Amino acid sequence: MTLLVIDLWLILEKTLLIAGIIGLSFFIAMYTTLAERKVAAWLQDRRGPNRAGPFGIFQPLADGGKLFFKEEIIPLAANKFLFILGPALAMITALITSTVIPWATPFITKGGNVIPMQVADVDMGILLAFSIVSVGVYGIMIGGWASNNKFSLMAAIRGASQMVSYELPMGLALIAVLFMTGSLKMSEIVANQVQHGWHVIYQPLGFIIFFVCALAECNRTPFDLPEAENELNFGYHQEYSSMKLGFYLFAEYINMFISSAIMVTIYFGGYDIPFVNEASWGLSSFWMTVISFSVIMMKISFMLFVFLWIRWTIPRFRYDQLMNLGWKKLIPLALLNMVITAAVILWLNK
Amino acid sequence: MNITQILFWFLSVVAIFSALMVITSKNPVYSVLWLIATFFAISGHYILLNAQFLAIVNIIVYAGAIMVLFLFVIMLMNLNKETEPQKNRWLKMAGAVAGGCLLLVLVAALKDTDIKQQQALVNEGNIGLIKNLGKELFTKYVVPFEISSILFLSAMVGAVVIGKKE
Repeated sequence: MTLLVIDLWLILEKTLLIAGIIGLSFFIAMYTTLAERKVAAWLQDRRGPNRAGPFGIFQPLADGGKLFFKEEIIPLAANKFLFILGPALAMITALITSTVIPWATPFITKGGNVIPMQVADVDMGILLAFSIVSVGVYGIMIGGWASNNKFSLMAAIRGASQMVSYELPMGLALIAVLFMTGSLKMSEIVANQVQHGWHVIYQPLGFIIFFVCALAECNRTPFDLPEAENELNFGYHQEYSSMKLGFYLFAEYINMFISSAIMVTIYFGGYDIPFVNEASWGLSSFWMTVISFSVIMMKISFMLFVFLWIRWTIPRFRYDQLMNLGWKKLIPLALLNMVITAAVILWLNK
Repeated sequence: MNITQILFWFLSVVAIFSALMVITSKNPVYSVLWLIATFFAISGHYILLNAQFLAIVNIIVYAGAIMVLFLFVIMLMNLNKETEPQKNRWLKMAGAVAGGCLLLVLVAALKDTDIKQQQALVNEGNIGLIKNLGKELFTKYVVPFEISSILFLSAMVGAVVIGKKE
């Protein structure tokens, strides 16, 4: 009698893929911190960090090393267990979100095995990513409350209500896309775009709403109210030091990377190369995988650049403006977009 | 024992343990966090039954939204061990008796149902997938579905009326 029936090859394949994606997330997040400072310097007519290595490319390593070796302070009145759980949760939820993203075309081995470049192509697809994002609020809330500091608590509650509010228009904007694909599976969302063209052409309003909500979900400017230093000192991570603070800041960059990847997959065709039919080139599946992966990474890098560009261009909203925008403007707009899309699809399929 | 059974027992133990922790924790914030753990374990059970949509919606709605509001209230009111009101002993005993009666009724009601003979479809059956579920909901069960959405609408209107300033 066998105790466990496990497909070892599948486990090996998925473990390698997961390790690769986590490594990639960390790598991209590391270099987004450098890119943020370089873009800021560029927009403000400065040079930016350029001491560590040529053009400052070792700067993220220096920053990370500094954070690791800093003294770690846990406030005496803090709830010690939850104080540690907060940044851990923020990091874990940021990393899990990438499970459903298809990174490249499937790789076919010589034996004929098809290895999809996606951790899990589940039927729920994009909803799974949404559920993890909605759980991501707890990292902020628990951290803010466990610090036992009024400013941290206020910032945590601000952050949580902001994230809960902006999930609604995000979901409504997404529904319009799902009308067109008829499936929640990420692989089918991409396949639909390869066939009929990118969704951003059909859903420009939906994309803008989704993008604004993604900015708010990642706590990025102009929605970075949870860390508004002029009202709340430093926000929900005020009491944090050393690598725990690093985890919060780093999780934000990973969230940016993953939300860029999700937006690229939903609206910009994922790994699809525009204007050409790459399937007719007759390349081997290995090269197709490599090319499609570099295409999606180029699109993601551009989206990340837009994130940084916005940060150094637009000032922060006031809190009531943020809530007005979310509830009174974005939700009606998203609903309108949804109804129009549904009507057009009905009319076309008549 | 195959992997489904192992997962079933693991999830059951997690669900029951964290449900017990919800009611035995002294700190209300811990109670809420254990309740979230319970929801995750129950979602795991849904996935074992291949009810994927239910599992995900359970996490989005309960763990992701409702529990956040619970935490808001508890954190803002700063409830903790010291502020928890101490009920007197008779009230506690009355609660135990009432809870025991409910348990008795539930056990008596479920004892003779034919659900015992029915095997749960583990990892098969496609009704839990979103396409089939949607078709069932909007054709066969459209009237109950619409009635419950009217219920939600009235709850929303009620919340807005209460929350609105004079």
